Amino acid sequence: MPGYLYILVSLALFFIGMTGVLLRRNALFVLMSVELQLGAGSLALLAFARGLGDQKGHVVAFFVMALAAAEAAVGLAIVVSVYRARKKIDLDGVNQLRN
Amino acid sequence: MFSRLLLIPLLPLLGAAYLMLAGQRHTRSVVQTIAILAVFASCVISLDAFFVGLPAVVHEGGISELVYTWFAAGSVEVDLALRMDSLSGLMCLVVTSIGTLIHFYSIGYMAHDEDYARFFAYMNLFCGAMLLLVLGDTLPVLFIGWEGVGLSSYLLIGFWYKEHANASAGRKAFITNRIGDFGFLIGMFLLFRATGSLDIPVILGAAQDGSALSAPLWLGQSVAFWAGVFLFLGAAGKSAQIPLYVWLPDAMAGPTPVSALIHAATMVTAGVYLVARMSAVYLLAPAALAIVALVGALTALFAALIGFAQNDFKRVLAYSTVSQLGFMFAGVGTANFAGGIFHLFTHAFFKAGLFLCAGSVMHAMSGLGDITKMGGLGKRLPWTTRVFQICWLSICGVPIFSGFFSKDALLGGAFGTEAYGHGLAWVGPLVGVILLVAALGTAFYMSRLYFLVFSGPCRADEQTQHHIHESPVSMVFPLVVLAAGALFAGFAGVPPALRELFGKHGESTLAVWLEPAVGAPLAVAHRTEWIVMGISTALALVGIGFGYFFYGGGYRAPAHAFARKLPRLVALVRDKFRVDEIYDAILVRPLQALCRITFLVVDRVLVDKILVGIWAFVADVGGRACRFIQAGDVQRYLAVFAIGLAALVWVAARPAAPKEIQVVVTGRHAKVTLVDDEARSGNLQYRFDFDGDGVPDREGKTASASWIYGGPARYTVAITIEDARWHTRRVVERDVEVRP
Repeated sequence: MPGYLYILVSLALFFIGMTGVLLRRNALFVLMSVELQLGAGSLALLAFARGLGDQKGHVVAFFVMALAAAEAAVGLAIVVSVYRARKKIDLDGVNQLRN
Repeated sequence: MFSRLLLIPLLPLLGAAYLMLAGQRHTRSVVQTIAILAVFASCVISLDAFFVGLPAVVHEGGISELVYTWFAAGSVEVDLALRMDSLSGLMCLVVTSIGTLIHFYSIGYMAHDEDYARFFAYMNLFCGAMLLLVLGDTLPVLFIGWEGVGLSSYLLIGFWYKEHANASAGRKAFITNRIGDFGFLIGMFLLFRATGSLDIPVILGAAQDGSALSAPLWLGQSVAFWAGVFLFLGAAGKSAQIPLYVWLPDAMAGPTPVSALIHAATMVTAGVYLVARMSAVYLLAPAALAIVALVGALTALFAALIGFAQNDFKRVLAYSTVSQLGFMFAGVGTANFAGGIFHLFTHAFFKAGLFLCAGSVMHAMSGLGDITKMGGLGKRLPWTTRVFQICWLSICGVPIFSGFFSKDALLGGAFGTEAYGHGLAWVGPLVGVILLVAALGTAFYMSRLYFLVFSGPCRADEQTQHHIHESPVSMVFPLVVLAAGALFAGFAGVPPALRELFGKHGESTLAVWLEPAVGAPLAVAHRTEWIVMGISTALALVGIGFGYFFYGGGYRAPAHAFARKLPRLVALVRDKFRVDEIYDAILVRPLQALCRITFLVVDRVLVDKILVGIWAFVADVGGRACRFIQAGDVQRYLAVFAIGLAALVWVAARPAAPKEIQVVVTGRHAKVTLVDDEARSGNLQYRFDFDGDGVPDREGKTASASWIYGGPARYTVAITIEDARWHTRRVVERDVEVRP
């Protein structure tokens, strides 16, 4: 499989994730879309790393995995506390910090 | 760099700084110890520098110390340089010695005041600034001292600032001085323009050399004339001469030690010092000297007249100070610089003594200063009375007392001066005559003051009378020292005519000392000297006699009769010839009206409404617009972020597009040049395919290439531009026509 296909898949994943982040209303789906974007980034890193024969990309991909786990934990905690406060997890109403 | 002379002003300034910062934390005894020690130490250093270095100070142009170069810009170099020559040394001795005495006196006088530390801090500040003024060897340093004493004068006049009148008296002094300072600055700039330096020795050297300062400047008058006139305007402000004398009588709102030190003995003489310091410049311009002399003489007479009818103890002394300063200016204005400084020297003692006596009397009278309510204090305040008598006889010019010698030196100088050209020869005798009349007036109003306060029955009410007591030792001791000064200071300047009686020849000690600094003393014919001495003694005695005739033992019949006959004249004099009212009408009110108009037009309308309004509107609209973006919606933020990021990527990574393709064809030779934005050009790789066969003919990083075609035809050049960083590629084509 040629290297550029990996990049194309990665790009597709990234934009799908971005669409989800920007458009979904439910906070859980937004978090999942963020995971998708992180996965896309990792895939691009791995593809380039393999293509260029450089191990650093692999290392960074591992970091991204750890970071994604941490991010999911914090994000879910926020979602839980938003739910406790508002009894729903729609992002539309979560704008107390505006203005 | 260490400098002994720098310590003289520095110690009081450090004392002031410490007392301002930490004075409130200390007890009164600590505060007064710090303040007095600071001034006393600089007194000791001055004495040491002056007398130990006497030959150098007096004969070799003084000790000069460059502390450091303050700033240098182009050809201007301003040094913090200090010089102690006989003139500044004498001033130093007067300031520090009288300053120490008056600090000491203040212990008793200010004993009951809440702001003890603040008072002593300001007094120390004054001493430091005054010493900087007299020691400064460049005009800017002198000017710092000049402004410093103005500041401390303002602070001390308004020391009891809770009374509105005191605060406004301080402001009046400050603003009046500001008019004078403007003159000082102009004079300084003129001298700088003419000589290219602000160092006093350089300016004086240029003045002795003559040419630079004699050049005509304006209205046919020389640079020296205008510099002299403008410097004198500054001096008139600081030393309370016509027309800027009005602040000094009001300055009596300050505590009495302040009046004695600042507004009698030292600061107000700074103007006289300035003229004497610049003597060489003035000697180049006899007309400027004549102005100085005439203004001084008129002030001496005018202020003495006002003194006739004042009923406040300190105000009489204030007008007396204005008048005596006029004497000094008349002295320096007749090129009798040594005489002017001599009168400054003796006046410092007897006027400080008189003021401290006033303080002592007011202390006894429960703070009252109204001499119509005094009388008969001679027996109750024995020490104060003795001291007052000595100082009174001294200022009247009774022989043996110091004022006699110094006043005589001024009068003799006025009649004997040869500083003016033929056209102005009348100035000297005229000044002399005015001074004689003023001296008669001085003797009269000072005798009036003496008799009304110390002789006859007491006119105060029972309760005040009950309180009358002699002042504490801390107040009496300085009085006695000053009285000794008033008695003996005159012997430093005994005129040559009198010295001959005692078998001595030549000029007096003081005149010899001052010679290197202010030039040789005026040679006055002995006959003139004797005549002037006779007349001035007679006038002093006549004045005292008149004083006794009107006021001996309280108000006598002639005084009442005179007041009944000419009530309007008496009222006019009592109202100080209504000069304050005239100034109020022609200067203060129009200025206030102007201020009100500018306030309304500029501040209220222009600034508040138009300028502030416009920007408030812009900020308001901008804020509303930004608030729309700041909706608090995370997803909208992210969308904006994504768009921005995409825009950035496009700007950085978009395929290169040349703005212009230039083709130059000469014969069969074609040159193609691409014009691109320079920021990217370093990373671009160009391939030129000239003949359209799909194979690059030229490649490289330069954006231009040449080719020689085989024959005339129409060719298409394909240029491939590659960006190595982003792997973008763009192909542009251009037709080239090679004509036969």
